[in-house]
Amino acid sequence: MLQKPLNVYWKKKNSMLDFQQLVGIVKPIIGEAGTDEKSTPKAILVTAADLKKVCIELNQNPATYFDMLSCLTGIDNGTQANTMEVVYNLYSIPFNHHLMLKVTLPRENPEVDSVSDIWRTANWHERETAEMFGVKFNGHPDPRKLLLPADWEGHPLRKDYQHQEKYRDVIVKY
Amino acid sequence: MESEPNKFREDGLRSEEMIINLGPQHPSTHGVLRLEVLMDGEIIKEVVPHLGYLHRCFEKHAENLPYNQVIPFVDRLDYVASMNSEHVYAMGVERMLGMADQIPKRIEYIRVLVAELNRIASHFIAIGTYGMDIGAFTPFFWVMHDREHILRLLEWTCGARLLYNYIWIGGLYYDTPVGFEERCREFMNYIKPKLQELETVLIENEIFIQRTANVGVLPLDLAINYGVTGPMLRGSGLRFDLRKVDGYSVYPELDFTVPIGEGKKGTVGDCWDRTWVRMQEIHESVKIIEQCLEKLLKEHKRTKEFDPHALLPKKIRPQAQDFYVRGETPKGELGFFFRADGTSDIPFRCKARSCSFSNLSVLPEISRGVLVADLIATIGSVDMVMGEVDR
Repeated sequence: MLQKPLNVYWKKKNSMLDFQQLVGIVKPIIGEAGTDEKSTPKAILVTAADLKKVCIELNQNPATYFDMLSCLTGIDNGTQANTMEVVYNLYSIPFNHHLMLKVTLPRENPEVDSVSDIWRTANWHERETAEMFGVKFNGHPDPRKLLLPADWEGHPLRKDYQHQEKYRDVIVKY
Repeated sequence: MESEPNKFREDGLRSEEMIINLGPQHPSTHGVLRLEVLMDGEIIKEVVPHLGYLHRCFEKHAENLPYNQVIPFVDRLDYVASMNSEHVYAMGVERMLGMADQIPKRIEYIRVLVAELNRIASHFIAIGTYGMDIGAFTPFFWVMHDREHILRLLEWTCGARLLYNYIWIGGLYYDTPVGFEERCREFMNYIKPKLQELETVLIENEIFIQRTANVGVLPLDLAINYGVTGPMLRGSGLRFDLRKVDGYSVYPELDFTVPIGEGKKGTVGDCWDRTWVRMQEIHESVKIIEQCLEKLLKEHKRTKEFDPHALLPKKIRPQAQDFYVRGETPKGELGFFFRADGTSDIPFRCKARSCSFSNLSVLPEISRGVLVADLIATIGSVDMVMGEVDR
């Protein structure tokens, strides 16, 4: 889904939308939106089921035009909270909009739709998040491990991660 | 089970196809990048990068260290441009603490000065090794020789040649040594004719143009969709530089332009354009450094009372929040995503969004249907540092 780049200089800031207007644009899809205004950039809380639709809308809508996915990452909130999050940092080059999307997932079998057909940046970022947190990205075109060896056990960035004792007869603990 | 199995299997191939393994130990892959290349005769059908040979668990380490102790690890991400990474990281934590606007001007100017010196050093490596990849040996020695001057200057400030730990949260390790600004100015006068020479010998060289023009063309829409930033994105023709867009630190007070690829020798976004953009950026960095020196010698002079440690926070404990900060390093947009929980001095989560990682991910797209020699030329023009790709 390649977009025609809007060839504008970064000075075109007069058509910038503020956060409330951005929330208004996704309101028809997610209903009463939860927000987190303490974070930088300000965040919209999205459910895993709505995420793909929200991303397509934000990407395709000519008023928002989020053509770049800056960062995609996971967060493990630990066994106490028993939740996990996937955080999307969107950026719109022509309008200089920043936006954060947060999806909260259960810690057992976390699943969310892949956005790699909207922004291909997501392809590698999702592979990394999948191996590090054990989040499953549905519809990912290439779900292999990226940084870890293919036969590595466990998801290292989970808070309760215990590394394996030996990897290929080499002691892991240093 | 293999530890790093190939994506393509031998038994699924047609008779004219074969798999060639490139790297991980090969000088033209700039570190430990391994490429699995599916060939049809001499033509490349598909390139599959295999990463992780330099994975050092930066993010896991950062979850176990106080904010200020993460800085040496940040150095080791992009180890040829550590000052730039440190600058972005320190800026992010300062903004989270709400002290970003209290930093004295002299500190900010020194930060920009050392960061731009390091940007020149990084671009020297990019251009020099790129020339060597495609057969030009002499310019590599020239730029390494000139880079040595920069490393000596930076060593003088903090004692380390590559991994500085110089920019601290809220200040600096030391003020610049006495005589540093004068020596910097001497170096700037020395380097300017050298740059002209380098441009004539390498960039405008007919052999170099033949090898790089119209090779590895990266269209702008593809670049944005892949999150490509830095000289690669500018080489594709978009005037997008975070130093101008976000205007962080003292960059708004400095006068410099943002060069973009114009397709002078071929198509917009080819390997030549990317190298040319880097070359022009060195000229811009020289301009910035000269302005910084002017300010550091006149307006924000060294005084006895000036203490770069004065604002160092005793306790770095940001309020509970999620924070994404980004800045322009020589390779592109370096971002840090923090989650602070508000109760500890340790980041709950610290993710590094590295520019080399996203820039490299576009490689399979732009190297289909070319010869192996062109693939080498394309890898060199990406200018990735594997320490930053694998983190």
